[in-house]
Amino acid sequence: MNKTSKTYDTFLRPGITIQGKWHHKQYVIIRKLGKGAIGSVYLCESNGKKAALKVSDKSASITMEVNVLKSLGKVQGRSLGPYLLDVDDWIVPGVGAFSFYVMEYIQGKTLPEYMNQRGEEWIGVFMLQLLDDLESLHEAGWVFGDLKVDNLLVTSSPARLRWVDVGGTTQVGRAIKEYTEFYDRGYWGLGTRKAEPSYDLFALVMVFLSVYHPNHFPKGQNPQAILFNRVDRVKALKPYSSCLKKALVGKYQTSAEMKQEISTVLYDLQMQKTTRSNTNSISSRRQDKSSNALEYIGLVLLALGYYLSSLLIP
Amino acid sequence: MKKGTLKQILLITDGCSNKGEDPAATAALALQQGITVNVIGILEDDQTEEPEGLQEVEEIALSGGGVSQLVYKQALSQTVQMVTKQAMTQTIQGFVNMELKQILGKEQTMEDLDPEKRGEIMEVVEDLGETSDLEVLVLIDTSASMHDKLPTVKEALIDLSISLNSRVGRNRFAIYNFPGKRKDIDKVLDWSPRLDSISSVFPKLTSGGITPTGPAIREAMYQFGKKSLLRSLRNNHEQDIENV
Ligand SMILES: Nc1ncnc2c1ncn2[C@@H]1O[C@H](COP(=O)(O)OP(=O)(O)OP(=O)(O)O)[C@@H](O)[C@H]1O
Repeated sequence: MNKTSKTYDTFLRPGITIQGKWHHKQYVIIRKLGKGAIGSVYLCESNGKKAALKVSDKSASITMEVNVLKSLGKVQGRSLGPYLLDVDDWIVPGVGAFSFYVMEYIQGKTLPEYMNQRGEEWIGVFMLQLLDDLESLHEAGWVFGDLKVDNLLVTSSPARLRWVDVGGTTQVGRAIKEYTEFYDRGYWGLGTRKAEPSYDLFALVMVFLSVYHPNHFPKGQNPQAILFNRVDRVKALKPYSSCLKKALVGKYQTSAEMKQEISTVLYDLQMQKTTRSNTNSISSRRQDKSSNALEYIGLVLLALGYYLSSLLIP
Repeated sequence: MKKGTLKQILLITDGCSNKGEDPAATAALALQQGITVNVIGILEDDQTEEPEGLQEVEEIALSGGGVSQLVYKQALSQTVQMVTKQAMTQTIQGFVNMELKQILGKEQTMEDLDPEKRGEIMEVVEDLGETSDLEVLVLIDTSASMHDKLPTVKEALIDLSISLNSRVGRNRFAIYNFPGKRKDIDKVLDWSPRLDSISSVFPKLTSGGITPTGPAIREAMYQFGKKSLLRSLRNNHEQDIENV
């Protein structure tokens, strides 16, 4: 439909080497990772290291994303989003210039894939990780904006939820730069599109609803009732339902507030499970029990850690 | 750099003009007046590729210095706000490029700068996009074939005002439909800072197969004139009050 077809894609075959006009670094294309609204992302190799390369014919959009990645790189002690490696232009003689940037390649599974394989006990862990990262981001003066399942990947050992596409990241107080309807509180009639921490917290709830409703659902006549109903109907989300509902209607001003309540829930949950698994121990198989118990203890420690740290927050 | 008011006409149509002057020509005129013309062509659910009637969509936006997009009804909301924002960035980038040419010499544009400088300039462009005041005149084709699309158009416009009113800069919207009952266009909503109130005033269908897109754009252009005049009067008035 679009006449200015993405010509760069036709040149970028596996094995092709491209070189930047300004910094002269070379990248060998391995394969295409995906395509977004403003460009394509390729897996590539440079000096024996794998990296992800995003290329587009929209120089301005690439520049804006690079600006965001640079700002995120300045948030101390955290890797929010992929690490930025290079920014340059790639000249195709007789065709034109395409802007690109090279970033850390994040290899992982999607959130639904991971949770299907490893189980629901990870929900709480990922909620806390996400809230932790959002807290740092918000404190640095930014809001994620386009928070959605597609923009998250779980890397393994240790399991960590990472952000891949940070193109929607917006300075606090401005209009959200990029959003996806299903995750957008404006679409659901539950708030503005102003970049505030509560905007991300709404989207966070929608991320976990999406895991259980991969095909999403319509907003209907009474969007808030629909959302509350969906939260209640997912068994795995049930323990967190009161927190999730508060986030949906914008009751939390900061991620820290939500994190504190979620970790309290998680802590109670783990305590219940530990006592239950102890009393059930005679009937359950020995091997099963010991490995489960190990996992529970790990999670209890984790929850306890978050719980204690949340108490330190005034 | 001076912060100004960006002016846009947003034309929403599903067909080709068939009366009056060439809409691309009036769009070019609007651009001369500092008004950008964006066009959204709504596709029928069963249409694929580029249908005959919608070919002029891209042409109008090109000569109007704006952005165009063909879209199915379901994706209208996201498209409307994307097109509006893209056009704002495009216009501001145009100003910035003009300034750059003055500073750097004739054939320099942003793309000729190294990525670091480009990044700094893009920050300025984004700042301006966020803080500039914006005036959008929405021009809706209400000829018979638009019948089943109007409820979606209405939703998309309410959504647009949610997006734009989340910005730091101020907004004003006006809605006109064409063809009008007796004139080329009819006013649906006068200049107003939000669009939440449109539910009650949304246009009824104009029957018949006339689509005077060119004349409609011309008329729309004049609506900015009147209003700017009014506002400059009002601003003076406000100043007087402040001075007292
Ligand atoms: N650093 C990265 N490491 C691994 N995969 C990545 C990386 N960046 C992007 N991808 C993958 O590439 C694909 C395209 O990503 P991209 O950021 O272009 O857009 P998107 O999220 O699909 O859409 P949009 O541009 O509209 O936000 C995605 O599927 C994403 O998972």
